[in-house]
Amino acid sequence: MRGQEAREQAGRKALMATLAHAEADEIARLWNESGLPSEAELLRGPETGLVTVRGRIGGGGAPFNVGEATVTRATVRLPSGRVGHSYALGRDKGKARLAAIADALWQDPTHRETVETKLAAPLRAALDAARETRRIETAATKVDFFTMVRGED
Amino acid sequence: MYVAVKGGEAAIANAHRLLADRRRGDRSVPALRLDQIVEQLALGVDRVMSEGSLYDRELAALAVVQARGDMIEAIFLVRAYRTTLPRFGYTNPVDTGAMQIERRVSATYKDLPGGQVLGPTFDYTHRLLDPELAAGAEVETPAQRPAEPEAMPRVSAILAHEGLIEADGDMPLDHVPGDITREPLQFPMARDIRLQALSRGDEGFLLALGYSTQRGYARNHPFVGEVRIGEVELELDVPELPFAVPLGSIRVTECQMVNQFKGSAKAPPQFTRGYGLVFGQSERKAMAMALCDRALRASELGEDVVAAAQDEEFVISHSDNVQATGFVEHLKLPHYVDFQAELGLVRRMRAEYEARENEEKAEEKREAAE
Repeated sequence: MRGQEAREQAGRKALMATLAHAEADEIARLWNESGLPSEAELLRGPETGLVTVRGRIGGGGAPFNVGEATVTRATVRLPSGRVGHSYALGRDKGKARLAAIADALWQDPTHRETVETKLAAPLRAALDAARETRRIETAATKVDFFTMVRGED
Repeated sequence: MYVAVKGGEAAIANAHRLLADRRRGDRSVPALRLDQIVEQLALGVDRVMSEGSLYDRELAALAVVQARGDMIEAIFLVRAYRTTLPRFGYTNPVDTGAMQIERRVSATYKDLPGGQVLGPTFDYTHRLLDPELAAGAEVETPAQRPAEPEAMPRVSAILAHEGLIEADGDMPLDHVPGDITREPLQFPMARDIRLQALSRGDEGFLLALGYSTQRGYARNHPFVGEVRIGEVELELDVPELPFAVPLGSIRVTECQMVNQFKGSAKAPPQFTRGYGLVFGQSERKAMAMALCDRALRASELGEDVVAAAQDEEFVISHSDNVQATGFVEHLKLPHYVDFQAELGLVRRMRAEYEARENEEKAEEKREAAE
C-alpha cells in the first residue's frame, strides 16, 4: 500500500473510532454548530444487530467466542454520490446515521477539514480528557510498597 | 381417554397486570430510571450482561427492573432478546494487554511492571453497613495521581521467560473457534468452546465448583497470576471497508490463574494455567471461570478425573442458568394428566403390595397354627 493511501485509511479509521466512542448527544450538538450538511440517502439501516466478541485463550492464544454485543450500523449516500459507513456499539440509530454521513463527508476534500476541526477534534478532546481523568484516578490506587527492616543486621 | 382442558386466560392476564403493579410498587416512591440502574447497580447490570451473554448496559438495566431484581429472570429476558437480532459477524480477538486498566492485581509478583493497582474494589473494606449511604450523604470525588502512563503486560508474559509455565492455549492453525450459539454441545469439547460456555455460565454454580477444587476435589494449587479489569477496543472486519472498523470499547474482567503441576505422563512439572474472561466488572466470576477451566483440562494434562469440577459433561451441561431454571421451573406448570397417570400406577402398585402383605401374614398365621 502506498504511504498516501495508508495515511488516508488511518485518518478515516480514526474518525470512525472517535464517532463510535462518542455520545450521540455530543455528536448531534457539535453537528448543529458545525454547519455541516446532514442531507443523505439511506442505503442500509440504520439497523441494530449483534457482533460476537472474541477473546484469546490465556490472553494471547487461540481465539474463542466470549459473547455478543449490540451494534448499530448505517450506510448513506450523499447528494454528491459519496458513500459513507458507520458501525458502533449500542442501539442508537440517530448516531449511526450521523456517523455514516460524517464518514462520507470526510472523504470529500471540501468537507474533510470541517469534519476534522468542528466534529472530530472536540469529540476527541473530550474523550481523551475523560480517559485521562480515569487513568489518574486509577493511578492513585496503585500500591507503594515499603520495606520493613527488622533485627540488627 | 384424553380430555383437553382450556382455561385461565383471564387469570393469566390479571396476574400479569398484578405483576406490573407490584413491580412498580408504592406510587408515592419515584420510579427507577434505567440510567440510575446502569450507574448505581453497575455490577448487577454487569452480571446480567455476562450471563445473558449480551453486552448492552441499557438493555441489561431494563431487564433488571422488568424482572424486579430477579437476576436469573433478567438474564432470561436478555437471552430471549438476543435471538431477535441478526448477526453482523465475529470481532477480531480483543487485546487484553492493551486494556485501559481500572484494576490490576497479582498475587504472585509484588513488583511487576505497571504495579499493583487496586481500582474500585470491595477488598479491604470492613463490610460494615453504611448508615450514611442510607441517608444519601454526598460522596467525595476520587483522589488523583498524575503519573506517566505505564505499560502493563500480562503477568503470563513475564512468567513465560523461564519456561516454567505453559504458553497461552493454542489450537491447531486451521481450527475455527466453535460457537455454542450455532452448534449443539458435543462432548468431549475443545477448550475454546468450553470457555464460551463458562463465560456465560452461572456465577454461583462456577463459584461453588471452583471452591470445591480448592477444598480438595480436584486440587490444583491455584495462585491468581493476575486479575485485570478495564476497557478493551473492539474491531470488526467488514467487506465494505478496507480496514477493521472500530466499534468502541467494552469493559471486561480477565483472570490468569497459575497452578502448580507436578507433571504427568503427558506433561513435565511446570505451572499450568486456567483462564477467565467475562463481560463487565466481575472478578469473582472470572476467577471461578479460571478455576473451572483448569480443572476441566484434567484429561488434556493426564490427570485422573475424580471430581465433579473435572467432569466436562457435568459442568458444561449444568452451567447455563437459563436452561437450568427452565427445566426446574417447568415442574410447576400443569402436569395434571401425568400426575393422574402416576396416581393410577401408584394405587395399583399399593394394592398389589398390600395383597402380597396380607397373603404373607395369612401364611405366617397358618404356619404358627400348625
